[in-house]
This record gives sequence, C-alpha cells and structure tokens, in this order.
Amino acid sequence: MKIPDDYILELKKITKRFSGVEVLHDVSFTLRSGEVHALLGENGAGKSTLVKVITGLHQPDGGEVYLNGKPVHFANPHDSRQAGIAAIYQELSLFPDLDVAENIFVGRQPTTTAGRVDWRKLYAEAERLLSSLGVHLDLKQKARHLSIAQQQMVEIARAISINARILIMDEPTSSLTLNEVADLFRLVRRLRQEGAAIIFISHRLEELYELADRVTVLRDGAYVDTRPLNEVSRDELIRLMVGRTISNLFPKQEVEVGEVALKVEHLSRAGSFHDVSFELRKGEILGMAGLVGAGRTNVARAIFGVEPPTGGQVFIAGQEVHITSPQQAIGYGLAYVPEDRQAHGLIPPMTITANISLPMLESYARRGWLQDALERSTVFAAARQMEVRASHLWQRARELSGGNQQKIVLAKWLLTRPRILILDEPTRGIDVGTKAAVHALMSKLAAEGIAILMISSELPEVLGMSDRVLVMREGRITAHFSRAEATQEKIISAATQAVGALS
Amino acid sequence: MTEPRRPKLAGFLWAVVRLREAGIGLFIIILVGLVTLRVPAFLSPDNLLDILLNISILAIVALAQTMVIITHGIDLSVSSMIGLAAMMVAFVVKQNPEMPALLALLLGMMLGAALGAFNGLIITYGKVPPLIATLGTLSIYRGLVFFYSGGTWINSFELPKSFKLLSKGTPLLLPNMVLLALLAALIVYYFLNHTRAGRDIYAVGSNPEAAQMSGIPKQRVLFLVYLLSGVACGLAAVLWASRFESAQTNTALGFELQTVAASVVGGVSISGGVGTVPGVILGALLLGIIQNALTIVRISPFWQLAAQGLLILIAVIVDHLVQQRAQREVQS
Amino acid sequence: MKQTPLAPAETQVTNLINEFAPRRSFLARFQRWEWMLVGLIVLVVLLNTQLSPYFLDALNLSRTSSDFMEMGLMMLPMVFIIITGNIDLSVASNLGMCASLMGWLFMQGVNIWVAAFAALLLGTLAGFFNGLLAARMKLPALVVTLGTYAFYRGVAYVLLGDQAARDYPEAFTYLGQGRLPGTLIPFSVALFIVLAAAFGLVLHRTTFGRYLYGIGNNENACIYSGVPVSRIKLIIFTLSGFMAALAGLILAARFGSTRPDIGNGLELSVITAAVLGGVDINGGVGSMVGACLSLLLIGLMRFGMGLLNIQGQVQGVVIGLLLILSILLPNGLVQLSGVKRLDRRSILAVLVVVILFALFFGFFFWSRAPVLIGG
Repeated sequence: MKIPDDYILELKKITKRFSGVEVLHDVSFTLRSGEVHALLGENGAGKSTLVKVITGLHQPDGGEVYLNGKPVHFANPHDSRQAGIAAIYQELSLFPDLDVAENIFVGRQPTTTAGRVDWRKLYAEAERLLSSLGVHLDLKQKARHLSIAQQQMVEIARAISINARILIMDEPTSSLTLNEVADLFRLVRRLRQEGAAIIFISHRLEELYELADRVTVLRDGAYVDTRPLNEVSRDELIRLMVGRTISNLFPKQEVEVGEVALKVEHLSRAGSFHDVSFELRKGEILGMAGLVGAGRTNVARAIFGVEPPTGGQVFIAGQEVHITSPQQAIGYGLAYVPEDRQAHGLIPPMTITANISLPMLESYARRGWLQDALERSTVFAAARQMEVRASHLWQRARELSGGNQQKIVLAKWLLTRPRILILDEPTRGIDVGTKAAVHALMSKLAAEGIAILMISSELPEVLGMSDRVLVMREGRITAHFSRAEATQEKIISAATQAVGALS
Repeated sequence: MTEPRRPKLAGFLWAVVRLREAGIGLFIIILVGLVTLRVPAFLSPDNLLDILLNISILAIVALAQTMVIITHGIDLSVSSMIGLAAMMVAFVVKQNPEMPALLALLLGMMLGAALGAFNGLIITYGKVPPLIATLGTLSIYRGLVFFYSGGTWINSFELPKSFKLLSKGTPLLLPNMVLLALLAALIVYYFLNHTRAGRDIYAVGSNPEAAQMSGIPKQRVLFLVYLLSGVACGLAAVLWASRFESAQTNTALGFELQTVAASVVGGVSISGGVGTVPGVILGALLLGIIQNALTIVRISPFWQLAAQGLLILIAVIVDHLVQQRAQREVQS
Repeated sequence: MKQTPLAPAETQVTNLINEFAPRRSFLARFQRWEWMLVGLIVLVVLLNTQLSPYFLDALNLSRTSSDFMEMGLMMLPMVFIIITGNIDLSVASNLGMCASLMGWLFMQGVNIWVAAFAALLLGTLAGFFNGLLAARMKLPALVVTLGTYAFYRGVAYVLLGDQAARDYPEAFTYLGQGRLPGTLIPFSVALFIVLAAAFGLVLHRTTFGRYLYGIGNNENACIYSGVPVSRIKLIIFTLSGFMAALAGLILAARFGSTRPDIGNGLELSVITAAVLGGVDINGGVGSMVGACLSLLLIGLMRFGMGLLNIQGQVQGVVIGLLLILSILLPNGLVQLSGVKRLDRRSILAVLVVVILFALFFGFFFWSRAPVLIGG
C-alpha cells in the first residue's frame, strides 16, 4: 500500500456514461509531482474523456478524484483551474482578437485599487513571464496572427501564471515543427524540474520515450496498465494499446511505376510557395516532408484548385490544365484528403451516407433528382470496403471515432475513382489500428496504378511509405531523395537548414 | 521584398486606410470638403450643431449596439424599446407636468432596463439565439406600445416645457443631449478599455468557449450587454420624446437597422470580438453628415434612404478589400 | 423486421454497417417540431371556432388566406437561404422597389404587363446583386442585405416619392384579388401551393437541396468536395430576389395601388415564419413542410385575432411570444432535465429579472389606467 500523499492527483475507478453508453469503465490513474506521465490509447479509448473528467468539463458517473489526497468535485473547468490544473487542448483556447499579454491574463487582469485595469503592470508581468520561459513574442501582437507553436507558448505561459501544479497537454506536438517540438520539450522538462506534474498525450511513441517517465494505457474505455517507460518496449506498448500485435506498420509493397500522371512546373502562389516543380508517376507514392508551414498543404490546395496558383504550370497525363476549383480537379481525376478532417474533410452533423456521396452526388441523381436506392447501395459498398464501424448508414459522422471518420473521408474520395490521390497527413490523430489499415490501403491503391502524393510530418511514415521523398522549406523544394537515399537525418537537415543558417 | 516601393503619398494613404478609424475620418473629411465647396454654409456653427443634435440619439444607442455586436450578438429590439419607453414616459410626464425632467430621464432608463433585462434573460438562460430573441421582442414591445396607448399619440402641447428643454436646453454651452452622448461615449470607452467587465465583453465575443474556461461568467456578460442596451434605449427614448416633442406609436420605427449600420460602418465586426468606441462615433457621425449634406445640397429627401444604404454597402466593400490586402501583406 | 443473414465470419466483426438497418420511417422523419405545429394549428382552430362564429366561414377564410401569400412566397427562398446559414434582410425592400418600379412605369403610360415584367427583372437583378456580394465577395449576408435593405427601399422612394400608383387594370389585379374560376380558392393561394410544392421537392429530393444542407453544416467541406458553393449561393439569393418581385406584383395587385412603403417590415415576418417552422437560424436544419405549417399557423392566429378586433400590432405581441417560446420551451426543458445548472446564482438572477418585470408591468398598467380613462 502506497502512501496516499505520494500522489498529487489520483483517480479511482472512474466511470463515465454518455446516453447509456459507458465510455470510461473503472479507470484509475495516478500522477506524481515532478513527472511527465504519458496517457496512451487508440482513438476512442477514452483519453480525452478522462482529461475532461479531470478538468471538470464532464462529471464522472462513478469513482472519485483526489487532489493532494483530498476528494474533489469540479463542476466546471474554471473550478479545476482554480485548483491548479491547467489543460492545453488540441483546439487551442486563445482569444484571437486580444493581444498576447492580455491572453495570458484574461479574466484576471491586474487592477488598481480603483478597479481600473492596470495595463502597465499587465504588460510588465507578461514580459517577465515570457522571458522567464525563454520565449520571445511581441506582447501587442493579436493572437490570431500567431503560429500554432507560439499560441501554445502563450497557453503555457497562462498555465504558469495561475501557478498550475498539474499541466495536461493533449497532443501538443501534432502540428508543430521539429524545432518547435524541441523548444516545447525543453520547456516541459524545465517545468518538471520545478516540480510540476504533466499529463502528456501523444500518438507519437518516439516522443513519449524521449520525454515521459511513466505511461498509462487505456483501451476501449478501460484501464490496461501503468508502467515506467524505460521498462516497456515499443512493441509491448502497441500490444497493450491495441490488444494485439501489429507486425508491420508500414507495409509498402514494391510497385512497377508507370508513366507520369502529374507534372508540376514552376508552380507559385504569392505569399505561400514559390517555383515548385515535380513529377508524380502512376503507382508511385511521393512523400512530401517538411515543417508545418513550409507550404506543402498550400501546394496541394493549389493543385486541387482550392487556392489557385498565381504562376507556373500543371500537367495531368501530359496535358496542361488550369484548375481553378475543386470541381474541375475532380473532373481531371484528382482527389484530395485534407489535413483538417473536421473543418474540410467532413460535414460532421450529416449522415455517413450524405458525407460519402457528396463529391459524386450528381452521379446518383437523374437530372438532379436523387436516386435513393442507387446512392445507398453505392455508399454501402464503399463503407463496407473501408470497414467503417457504425451502427447504420444514417448515423451522423460526428458520432464516430477519428479513425472511422478518416475512413469515411477516404471512402468518399475513392468513390470518385481518382487517378491522382493527394493525402494530407492521412494518419494524423488516428489510432494505430486504423493507421495500419490506411497504410495498407495506400499500398494497394498504388499497386492498382493510382499516383499518390502523401504529405506527412511523421518521418517514419514518410520513410516507410514513400518511393521518393520531396522536402519543402519556406515555400520551396529543397531536396529530393529516392527511397534508398532517404534517411531521417537528411530529411531533417533539408527541412531546417535555412532556419539554422539564418539565425 | 521584390515588391516595388509605393510612392510616398500612396503609402501614407494606405497606412491611414488600414487603421479603420482613420479611414472613416479621412472619408468624412473628403465628404465635408466636397459639400463645403458646393454649399459653404455647411460648415456654419448652426449646421454643425444641427448635425450633432441629429446624431446624439443614434450615437447613444449605437454604442450599446456595439457592445452587443462585440459579443457576437445583435439587438434588433432597440427601436421598439425606444418606442415603448418613450410612450410610457411621455404619458407619465403628461399626467404629472410638475415632475422634474431629470426624474423622467431616470424613469426612462429604468423602463429600458426592464425591457433589456427580459432580452438578456431569454438569450442567456433561455439560450434563444439573439437574432431570434430580439426579433421576437421587436414585435412584442412594439405591440405593447399600441396596447398601452390604445393607438393614440401624445402631441407637443401636452408636454411641459421643462421636458422639451431636457434635450435641447444649453445650460452648459452645448445642448444637453449632445453632452449626454459625449458622456455616454466616454463612459463606454472607459468601460470597454479599462475595466475587467469591459475586457470580458471582448473575450466572450472573441472565443466564447475559452472565455468560459477562463472563468469569465459568459452568461452574466451577455446579460449585461443586453441590459445596457435597454438602459441606453431608455435614455434615448426620453431624449427622443423631448427632442421631437411627441410620442407616437411608430416612434423610432426602423431605427434598429440604423444603429447596426452605424456600428458596422464604424468597423465593428458582425462576427464578434472587434470594435472600438471612436469607430462607432465616427460611424454615427458619417451617417449624420450624409443625411445633412443631402438636405443641404437640396437633394430630394426621398434620396436619403437610398444614399444611406449605398453608404453601408460602400463601407463594407471597402473594408473588405482593405482587410484582404492587409491579410496578404501579413502573409508575405 | 427483416434482417439480412450474415455470414458467420462477418458476425464476428461487430459494428460493421448493415445496409438494411431500419431507416427512420416517413412518420418518424416527420419530426417532432412539425407535429407540435400541427397540434398548435388544431388548437388554434378549435379555440377560434369557439370564440367566433365567423371563423369557419369559407368566404372569410378564402379572403384572409390571400393576405399571407406575399409573405409565403418570400418565405420559400428564405428557407433555402437560412438553411445555408445566410439571411436576406432585403426581401421586403426589394418587394417595395419592384412594386414601385412597376407603378412608376405604369404611371408613365407603359403597358402594365411590360411594367410587371420589368419589375420581375429588377427584382431578380437585385437578388443577384446581393448574391454577388455575399457569395462571390464573401461578405457577411447579414451586413450586405442590411445595406440593400436600406438601398432598395430608398430606390422605391426615389421612384414614387409621396405619390401612389393606382388604377391598375382588372386583368392585373386578378393576380392579387381573383379566384380560380368556379372555386373560392384565390389565385395567389393556388400559385403559392404550386410553388411551395416545387420548392419543397427541390429541397428534399434533389442534389441541389442536399448541397444546401451541406453548405449550412460545413461550407468548407463542401468546397473541398467540389460542390459549387458560391454558384449555389448566387442562385438562392437571385431566386429570393425574383420571388420578392413576384410577391411585390401580387401585393400591388391585391391593394390595387402602390406606395413606396409597400410591404414595409415584411422581412421580419418572413424570417419569423421560417424560424417558427423549425428552420435553424444557424443553418443546416429545417424542412419546407415545417415552414409552410408555421405560415398556416401564423395566418390562422392573425385571422382569429383580427375577428376579435385585436389590432395588427398587438397581434405582433402574440406572434413574437410564440417565436420566442418555440425555442425557449424546448431549451428550457433540456435545462430543467439537467438539474445541475440550477445553482443558487442563476435562480437569483432569474428572480431579479422576474421582479424587475413584475415592477415594469405593475407600472405599465398603473400608468396606463389614466390613458384609458382619458382616451
């Protein structure tokens, strides 16, 4: 029996139900001061719900939460903040129209005795706080103009300014560049040294090994195990997470590449990328690596007609094309699975059927009149093929897990029978099981002769799946490797070089 | 980097236009210049005073409307609140001619507060979208005006002189209502920029969920802005009845859109989080100047509404183009 | 219930989709909101027949029904627009502008049908202009149509000033006053029914309708999926302009004259009808059946109150309350079921407002008494 005081936070047998469905079942969790505790599990395993229970966004239906050994009940996130728990969610919670300094102190701006906001003190405090973190930001910059990494820094500054003893970080690195990740880790280690307790959620196992002390694994809403990270191997972790072993995460098969399907020459768009040229062949997977913000997504959007290019040429199957809208792009056999599933990939409140049939809706209609039976059978076949897990086709997309949502987005684009498929971060934020399925699918599609352009920030994925790798930096292509040449080090240096040279 | 340098004057103008308030100010100056060339009497003190008198009420209500819009809401019921409060105050004043005018002012604000509180209640605790809630109370309050008055009017001869002077009297050099509008602008300016409650309004409009997580009492903030909108309307109602020396069943009919127009022209973003007091005042001023200029250069009064609409459209389109360009500059 | 047999291997994989899982039946899809409206309509009819013997008079009903058709005609495209998450505040002003143009042309000696055609053209163009600004330039529809709300009405005043156009030929006034030969059904009602059916079918049975819901729920995803979003928006705003002009002709024909303030304030009635019909002001949700039921409900209530000699503006109190309650009550029930929200502070706040309001109404009636005596 451990001494209860040992833990700053302790969850005992937490149970949570949503409309009768149990999403957390008897989950226990402990957290010590001065540790980074990783929370691991597939999507839908209950990590986010557990975090929301800790922060008081949800109230548990069973079990107890102890803070410093005393039972606590948080009615809302504000209560938990008062108690020293700060969470940094995937969706950042800054105020885009307020400046950096005020964002740190919003809701508790320092005031004079007369009740006037003491702006001078506020800016001074903000300055002191940020420089103590080693972060340099323009205090009067509006938050909407900050990069994601900068926004996170502001969030962390805010957490520290309320003397948070427990910091929860939900996938903080998913949209950061490598340098930014390094900065973040440096900061996290420092906070740990100063005695803060950190709950760290990430799908990237490498990061956990680099940073975390202990790991707790959840599966299907149930507690699986808690272990020190240096005692558990990578394969073991995956087994704990999915309940089975996944032999090969990146099963790219060798494919005979065919003729050029897509050729891009000197493509530019003012303000986002410049002079981008490459070729993509049938049956080939071309990986596109680089930091977030290097312009990779902008290139994809330009080719797909969402943000048409301002210069350069695009050739499809040898013919020059001028694509100014996604409609045209689809007509040329292009498909684009966007980076942001919720905002660009899906219509969350609508049914699975409506989501999958959307791009090809006209082909399930006669003169504009929808043919229900035709739509249903086509959609059903596609969903079946992708092994979408849902109770029926009229379920709303928002009720599904991240992995299943991604399968729907893929199904919807495969129904357009694309010849060129652009995948933008195809496995971001989805669980290991679905990830393997997506990789297998990519491999199969390539074997069928589809040309695939894969944008990914996950180096193992880029290295494992690509036949060739392009690296972008600051809107330009800086390197080009064959599968054999590409290594983690080479890609990183091509993606970051100039940054180093400039600073 | 490779962009050719702009000529100096154009560069300066661009810098001015980018600042929303300066842009409207510039537009006002050009407009005033053009009108004065045509009719020099435009700049006479009498005419300027007339403009100020005309926009005082608009400015007071537009300030409140601005706070509502900053929270990503809208208050369409302002015109009916003014109509109802004006009618009730006028009746009470008519019945008690000896009543001090200041008391009438207070009474109007309290009546307005009750009406605004009702809006606030259904929007915060009832979770009715602001557009719908105030659309509903727009017709409810207007209906109550008829119910209250039985369809009758109150005319100038029924109101005591002290009440009529409440808005137009000039014990302090400028007419009372102009001073009241200025005072309101100062108070709102201080409130929005230098109190926590004022900052909370921006926070709620900028990111409602995050505001709640930061412990900002979102519901109370929303309630407050609708309450304040009611109070402003109550004040405006008394001034209205006093200035026009009457209360009619259709008092202020259609005024709600003018207040929104003043805010929008003044740079308040309809999607919340953005808006300043100087901007709104300039917006109201611009509307007032246009109205006055049309009269003074003898354009048929029937053109006024069309000109107002055109102005809103131009303001919105220009603002959009400027924002787009500024966005592009930030990116490159 | 028919279940398709599954192969044993497949039954192991739980939760894979079953194609023939029971879809909600037609009646279940006739959602709760619509049933509530039907209930209210029945209630209003029963109440009114009790209160007035003139309520169920066929001639009366026929006469009153045409009073709401201009509103109805503008409501049809408004449902489309609100479902996409937009709004058109300019419809009534557009109506006024078009009716005024027709009246002005007619007074200049132009043939009434040519004038009417010109009005339809102008309305369509005006709608197209709204669409250009809202869809192509991506300005917020609320602001754009607020501007054109003032502008179009202004043009009406410019055209007619303080004049009124009158003495339209009988063949034209038939549009607003005539009945289908041999029946009591007004022409305008018949026109509305045909158009409502057409709009309903387009909304619920075509790709266009599906796109409208898609845009309302996630416009960006629609753009990425190749839906011609801005063209669709342009179409619905243009359609709204055309329907406003059509409503203007019918209203002018019904009045037999046109003044520049014709149809003033109708835009809010139109939006009220749509929202009361269950169309979500935030977009993405709504049905044509609901909107038409709500139009019927509003019409019956106003007619009944008119028979009781309640002034039009006072009727607005009831309609306004109904609008608010229709959203407040369901929300309130949800709140009450989640008891946790009722902390002491909120009870206090509600109490304060209730007291404030009680005071207000106390004062309202107390100060009103001398008004009534005096009047």
